[in-house]
Amino acid sequence: MPQRTLEIRNEHGLHMKPAGLFVTEAGKYKSSVFIYKDDMDDMKVNGKSLIGVLMLAAGKGSTITIEAEGEDSDKALDALEDLVTRRMFDEE
Amino acid sequence: MLLEGIPASPGIQIGTALLFLPEELDVQNYTIDESDVDKELGKFELARNKTREELQKIHGIIETELSNAYAGIFSAHLILLEDPMFSGEVRKEIRLSKSNAAFAVKNVAEGLVEQFSSIDNEYFRGRDADILDVARRLVNNLLGKEKVDLSNLKKEVIVIAHDLSPSDTALMDKEKVIGFATESGSRTSHTAIMARALEIPAVVGLSKITSRVKTGDLIIIDANRGRVLVNPEGDVYEEYLIEQSKFLEFEHSLITLRDLPAMTLDGTSIELACNLEVPEELASVSKYGAQGIGLFRTEYIFIRKKNEAPSEDEQYESYKEAVEKVAPNEVIIRTLDLGGDKFASYLGLPEDVGSMMGLRAIRLCLRYPILFIPQLRAILRASAHGKVRIMFPMVSRVEELRQAKLLLDQAKRELTHEGIPFDPDIKVGTMIEVPSAALTADIIAKESDFFSIGTNDLIQYTLAVHRVNEGIAHLYEPLNPAILRLIKHVADVAHEAGIWVGVCGEMASDPLVVPLLLGMGFDELSMSPISIPEVKKVIRSLTIVEAKKIMNNALSFSTAHEVESYVYSEAMERFPDVLMWIDHRS
Repeated sequence: MPQRTLEIRNEHGLHMKPAGLFVTEAGKYKSSVFIYKDDMDDMKVNGKSLIGVLMLAAGKGSTITIEAEGEDSDKALDALEDLVTRRMFDEE
Repeated sequence: MLLEGIPASPGIQIGTALLFLPEELDVQNYTIDESDVDKELGKFELARNKTREELQKIHGIIETELSNAYAGIFSAHLILLEDPMFSGEVRKEIRLSKSNAAFAVKNVAEGLVEQFSSIDNEYFRGRDADILDVARRLVNNLLGKEKVDLSNLKKEVIVIAHDLSPSDTALMDKEKVIGFATESGSRTSHTAIMARALEIPAVVGLSKITSRVKTGDLIIIDANRGRVLVNPEGDVYEEYLIEQSKFLEFEHSLITLRDLPAMTLDGTSIELACNLEVPEELASVSKYGAQGIGLFRTEYIFIRKKNEAPSEDEQYESYKEAVEKVAPNEVIIRTLDLGGDKFASYLGLPEDVGSMMGLRAIRLCLRYPILFIPQLRAILRASAHGKVRIMFPMVSRVEELRQAKLLLDQAKRELTHEGIPFDPDIKVGTMIEVPSAALTADIIAKESDFFSIGTNDLIQYTLAVHRVNEGIAHLYEPLNPAILRLIKHVADVAHEAGIWVGVCGEMASDPLVVPLLLGMGFDELSMSPISIPEVKKVIRSLTIVEAKKIMNNALSFSTAHEVESYVYSEAMERFPDVLMWIDHRS
């Protein structure tokens, strides 16, 4: 299954606003999106659920692995990687 | 149904109840039939739509009026509303467990809160509050409960609540609330003070009233006797209409006292001033014949600004308004008395356990000059527009007064350097409300231009009674011998030091206490404006000789009850009509 592992670099991690941006972006795609923190692949959460993403409690310096499955999975992963890594959730 | 409580603000009012329960997720646990599942899902969807509209509207308003960060909370709530782990789970529960929609929402929300509670990180763990907030909106929309927010009411109501916080009342629509009835509180709790400030009848300490009244019930508040009647019979209703008009007549007659001096029968005058909680009360100052503002509380400005402290200019405008309105009379401005039950969450201060004795008032200000200096500057600037005195709350030792005066001097130097005018001779006084200050009043008197006794807190600290604790509120006794001795001591010390001394606690407006305060020789009594005519009547019914005698006799008793009985009998001989509207509190 296509996936990417990315580092969370912004100051307060995956708090309310970035989590909201993530979920809104993921929701644009038909593929299913799941993420887990660090190496805890037994605790995957739905990447389109704000509650789920918040529950990860991913702070600065933690890594998240995004798994996408579906016809637009590559597009989804590209967009999400852009959001997390390049744009850093627009928090600079 | 008749409920008995404690009178908090006088008057009689008849109206419709509004049950104000901001914290409740009050749903019933019942299941629905298989055939109704689709209907229930439909109900949920409707409620979701309504909630979505509400959130969008609030988001829009806040984005334009306040800050983006604050608006962000509501856009997050909008996302939560669509969340599969929330709405998806609710739908599942309706389908599979046949729960009614409101119950399903509550269940799912509480389940999520449970999961959040095990998250280590405090910030993330705290997001459960957002889930509950959205759940609360959904439940309100499902149950057709009016979204209760006292700031936008459509018609006149009598608010029924467990309690009303300073934030609730600061943002309230004052045109539409015509009375309060609460479960907790005492005559000096914040709810009571606010009700008197707004001149609306209020009864507090009404056991379990929130489970016995619903929105829309017909309510009669007889705040003179401390009673609330719910859906009364026709004849009782008629009787109360008559009583209401009689009481309004009595109040009106008191207003004619406005222009008469507060002087005893043998010519001793005492100043009657008023305590102000919010600027809306300014009109009452002249209406009731107050000779100035003896206590101008400044907390409302801080409470009304949700996300940051008010600026120096904002404060200056507000203080200036009061000063100009009351001129040529004087305003005594008390610096920030924040903390305890007036806590404003935005400062991000640590949770202050036992906060009545915590980091509050002058201590908070001395610790955070960044808060204090702008306020001092604002007060000084206002002093250029009329007679102003400044007063520091909760001083517990002379060092605090000294430090505060140093900061005041700094503010003065800054303004002088900037060429901004202020009264260089502004009088600086101390609130005597902590027992240690009362006991070392002679030390503090040397460095203070005046005293004002804050009896509300002095009584709490001295008798070790928390006024909002329903279980022991009756132990709060203004006429307790300890209190009488303490305040007489402060009065004596002030007289000896040649400084002005007033009383600004609720005790000053109690007709049974006024003769004693008169006898102790206070220069001023400051109270809610509506109490002034009543107190003036008491003063005008006594000679100073009598007052001193009554005071001395009162000091000889061992219990508050004995003092009260004694003063009551003396009062009945001299001003029985004032007592007619008060229940003899034994």
